[in-house]
Amino acid sequence: MVNIEINGIRIQAREGSMVIEAADEAGIVIPRFCYHRKLSIAANCRMCLVEVEKAPKPLPACATPVTEGMRVFTRSAKALEAQRATMEFLLINHPLDCPICDQGGECDLQDIAMGFGESESRYREPKRVVPDKNLGPLIATDMTRCIHCTRCVRFGREIAGVPELGATGRGEHTTIGTYVEKVVSSELSGNVIDLCPVGALTSKPYRYTGRPWENRSHPGVSPHDCLGSNLDVQTRRGRVMRVLPRDNEAVNECWLSDRDRFSYTALAHGERLHRPLIRQGDAWREVEWQTALEYAAEGLRRVRAAAGADGLGALISPSATVEEGYLAQRLLRGLGSGNVDFRLRRQDFAQEEADPRAPWLGCAIADLEDMDAVLLVGSHVRKDQPLAGLRLRRAALRGARVMFLNPAEFDFNFPVAEHLVAAPAAMVDELAAVAKALLEIEGTHPPEGLAARLENVEVHDRHLAVARHLHAAQQAHVIVGTQAFGQAEFSALRALANLVAHLAGAGFGYLPEGANAVGLSLAGALPRAAEPAGRHAGDMTGQGLRGVLLLGVEPEYDFADPAAARRMLDEADFVVALTAFATDEMKRWADVLLPVAAFAENEGTFVNVQNDWQGFAAAAEAPGEARPAWKVLRVLGNFLNLEGFDYMQVDEVREAARAFAGEVEVKAATAWAMPRWPAPGEALQRIGYLPLYHVDPLVRRAAPLQGTPDARADIAWLGEAAAAALGVADGARVAVRQGGAEVVMEARVDAAVPDRCVLVAAATPQAARLGPAWGPVEVSAVKEAVAS
Amino acid sequence: MMLHRHRGESKLHLIEEASRQEIDRWIAKYPADRRQAAVMAALRIVQDQNGGWLTTDLMDAVAEYLEMPPIEVYEVATFYSMYELEPVGRHKICVCTNISCMLCGSEEVVAHLEKRLGIRLGETTPDGRFTLKEVECLGACVEAPMFQIGNTYYGNLTPERIDEILDALD
Repeated sequence: MVNIEINGIRIQAREGSMVIEAADEAGIVIPRFCYHRKLSIAANCRMCLVEVEKAPKPLPACATPVTEGMRVFTRSAKALEAQRATMEFLLINHPLDCPICDQGGECDLQDIAMGFGESESRYREPKRVVPDKNLGPLIATDMTRCIHCTRCVRFGREIAGVPELGATGRGEHTTIGTYVEKVVSSELSGNVIDLCPVGALTSKPYRYTGRPWENRSHPGVSPHDCLGSNLDVQTRRGRVMRVLPRDNEAVNECWLSDRDRFSYTALAHGERLHRPLIRQGDAWREVEWQTALEYAAEGLRRVRAAAGADGLGALISPSATVEEGYLAQRLLRGLGSGNVDFRLRRQDFAQEEADPRAPWLGCAIADLEDMDAVLLVGSHVRKDQPLAGLRLRRAALRGARVMFLNPAEFDFNFPVAEHLVAAPAAMVDELAAVAKALLEIEGTHPPEGLAARLENVEVHDRHLAVARHLHAAQQAHVIVGTQAFGQAEFSALRALANLVAHLAGAGFGYLPEGANAVGLSLAGALPRAAEPAGRHAGDMTGQGLRGVLLLGVEPEYDFADPAAARRMLDEADFVVALTAFATDEMKRWADVLLPVAAFAENEGTFVNVQNDWQGFAAAAEAPGEARPAWKVLRVLGNFLNLEGFDYMQVDEVREAARAFAGEVEVKAATAWAMPRWPAPGEALQRIGYLPLYHVDPLVRRAAPLQGTPDARADIAWLGEAAAAALGVADGARVAVRQGGAEVVMEARVDAAVPDRCVLVAAATPQAARLGPAWGPVEVSAVKEAVAS
Repeated sequence: MMLHRHRGESKLHLIEEASRQEIDRWIAKYPADRRQAAVMAALRIVQDQNGGWLTTDLMDAVAEYLEMPPIEVYEVATFYSMYELEPVGRHKICVCTNISCMLCGSEEVVAHLEKRLGIRLGETTPDGRFTLKEVECLGACVEAPMFQIGNTYYGNLTPERIDEILDALD
């Protein structure tokens, strides 16, 4: 530590730290624009000039390291004069358009000009004007207001890993932009809105809708991925105006993914369900809650009487809250059925008993950046969990070996040490080859049942490299990613990933889909979590149900096999859907539609992959008669005369769920069990990639997100060999067939897709009309009709 | 986009073989992991190859060849005044109007050039022969006023001498 003095106050500062950091820690205010604690030091705005004893000129506090005995003055005449002069320079070209600027009221320039500037400008000449840029549907630009702090440029290069913004030109002609206009393609781009100290980069969806002082802040938790990013939900008169990040170094730091930031825009979507609806013949009738719940309870009772308790099942969203999951499973079990599941995209339930208690990450989220080697299996982590991707990016830039085994060569914004790419079924052999290499390094025998399998597995340099990196690393981790969960080979991939981690002495864990896979597991929303045990989601979909309770899902988008899900629902006698949105599709098979609160309107708890129980209260009012789903389930429990459904507060349900979960040992690794080995077929295989802006009903309706390049998922991607064999050219139209269903899509030819595979994303309007996301598929060229 | 390989078409073919060899000589002057240090030389080389100006595609090609983000190449190309981002005439006349040249009569030089060529500073003659450009100090104050045409400096300029110089050009 170094002893310094700022404004006469003695401070101990970390060696090598800058004066501004020491001042920040001591609560001494130094004005700044370009300095940001998460970004590299630019020292280009000069706003933080301070006087340092024995230095002839004022020094920038952000770029002046502390030295023993240093005496700093931030408010001396010399410092104030320097700050005033800098402020005058910065304002020369800055327009005086605060009344029409969205940044007004939360603008660093406005605040600092008030605190450190003059009340009048001596500048009488014309100001410069800079044309605005099109940065896509999320970020609005007013580049005339830019003061060239370059925070956005540094964010793109250092944090987001997409160096698309830059400072072009020189002197007064400097502008920030992309030079060739293109939409900023980062999944984290919205953070530049927070970083921009002026009104040059502002939120496009929020534009001209409010002033910061009119908004009320409510703490929230992200409902879209398993990290549980902390949010600041800002509302005005009960309506969500915008969503900002809330600092939590252990989870999201000060960042937020675009998905978490902009999904609120779907809350006002036209398909929101305002009042309960019940089916009467072919017509739908709006009814009171009392009537709807009686109707629902009566229907479920009738089905149970006719088909037995096993005919009932609940299929709930992996982003449902702990409380919702707990009450749903209690409700089903109260009726005598254990058929409850949230693993809707999973199709391989072999070795279900080898599932850990919950799909934890197996380490702290922040630990990811300290890893020396990481192997991710079936993961596009950058898009699946953008802020986990950011941590891994930091590790990779530091020199860690971040490696992947994927069904296609997904794009990453950091150096990937090894990218093993194989057709879905062949991924198992790739992972087995890594395990074999590790067995040789360790000189141990393969576990039970594996020896015979390994004989046919060839170890190549790439497998050896992965094995060596994992084995040699001080801190290593193996992660089964979101994309793998849907695969038909999930159990084999999981077993082998577990084995690889065990042999390499590495940690093991998961990055599952949804916001609450861990919480729902702990709350017992699984068929084997409590008595009576029941059937898993795949079985419920495949074998069918007579009475169905759906919570927060659109089966044609959110299930492993949309065709089977639709068939199951069409054939069911009675379907109750708790949903925030009502669609024509739902009205085809549902009998009761119960409006529930979405995202910021809801209250409850998410448990993230590092086992943080993060509760949140409702920030906004749900539209019309919509109620939080836990209340609906609780009253439905009363109507069904079930015991123990008398909770008054959401906290009571949380405590009950906690008690149900009991003492939890957070451990994702499980013991070896020989998995079923997939048979490599000759048929073309579909890669049912889950795209980030299609993961749940809210995101799918967020118009700004749907306007980004990442939302584009209506393309059939073919490898070069497959395209040649089918006679399909890049950009041609192809027919994609599964079962009896067929959709016509645009084809793209890309070497990133392995042989005998086609990547047709899941959860899109096209995929909703097809079969299993992962599995056999037929593709053929469409003969274009010749225009006459 | 989601897939690694689906990037734009490669533009490397826009760099001619001779240019590439010359760029390689510059790259060799720097450490192996610092290819981008050659960016200024590379831009000059492809600019010469292209008749004196840089297209966005050419800058992209340089970025690809030096393994750096295109925006960083644009930053360099837009910062320095010797890179041209729009077509220029066969002869680019860079007139210094900085302090020494100004004191020695650069205003007359500019006036004469504008009159003779029928264009203003920053413009190109319709026949594509000349581009007239105002530049900052070229470090030849000893011969002020001066201008640069192509790679040659001309000093102690007078209207007569300017006419001689221009008459001698094709």
